[in-house]
Amino acid sequence: MRFAVVQFGGSNCDRDTHHVLVDVCGVDTDLVWYKDGFARQYDAVVLPGGFSYGDYLRAGAIAARTPIMAEVIRYARAGGLVLGICNGAQIASEAGLVPGVFTLNAYPKFISRHVNLRVENTTSPFTMLYREGEVIRIPIAHAEGRYVAPPGEIERLNREKRVAFRFCDEQGNVGPESNPNGSIESITGILSENRNVLAMMPHPERASEAVLGSEDGVKIFNSMIAYIEKYGRRSPTRQEKRT
Amino acid sequence: MKYTVTITIRLKEGMLNPEARAIQHALKNLGFQTEDLSTARLFRITLEAPDAEAARKTARQMCDRLLANPVIHEYTIEVE
Repeated sequence: MRFAVVQFGGSNCDRDTHHVLVDVCGVDTDLVWYKDGFARQYDAVVLPGGFSYGDYLRAGAIAARTPIMAEVIRYARAGGLVLGICNGAQIASEAGLVPGVFTLNAYPKFISRHVNLRVENTTSPFTMLYREGEVIRIPIAHAEGRYVAPPGEIERLNREKRVAFRFCDEQGNVGPESNPNGSIESITGILSENRNVLAMMPHPERASEAVLGSEDGVKIFNSMIAYIEKYGRRSPTRQEKRT
Repeated sequence: MKYTVTITIRLKEGMLNPEARAIQHALKNLGFQTEDLSTARLFRITLEAPDAEAARKTARQMCDRLLANPVIHEYTIEVE
């Protein structure tokens, strides 16, 4: 099994993510420079956090249109697992891998702190090791993380259980007080139609070791690994999925 | 022919604009009362095109493929 972490100019969580995958989860992982493209087959691709292209135009907009992202889009369409974290989530949404957009926080400042998340979906390749409704503690660090999508799209995400995480309080209650950036319905993790792409603003790689104050995020990486072990390299599409 | 296209990209009506709100607040601190304030981004692009309509079409493609995000933005194009 082998993961790829894509490095764009301005990525800055690439090595953290690589460290967690290799040293905490024990999975072989390559750092792939965006200009090099993918030289081999991967079981999963992670788009890490950072400030690709200095957040010029819109966060993630320029990275989303690089040749390596055309490869990632093809890979995702073929069923490959793609995890977008923070700037990686912005890149994934700008690339059309998930619906909607992450834009300027309602109160337009950079927020860097731990938040509580309620796990809404426990059947995806990224969340299968969590319990439904479980409250987890993972940090956010962004200025452009407010999730926006047309009302029809939100309704569809809810109906299809494609919201992975919502901001909440310690008890799991969702509301404006526990919504740090003004995201619609406190949504901060969304799954693609076939559930093989997860875009999330919080940083699970910063909450994967006890020494960092929380290990709640490591289950995302471990879920991916467990899923690949169960189903093989290319995750099956929804139609093919055996449950 | 050389054309200059001016593309203005703004948030769709009703979209929250935290930047505009912050600027309005700063203006208020300076003593300026404003009833409304919106912001937009302007791109001025010079390009070769057979005619003005072709230049406009290219500009529209630029907006659709990169400059604007259709989830939140609308845009206008002027060609000269």
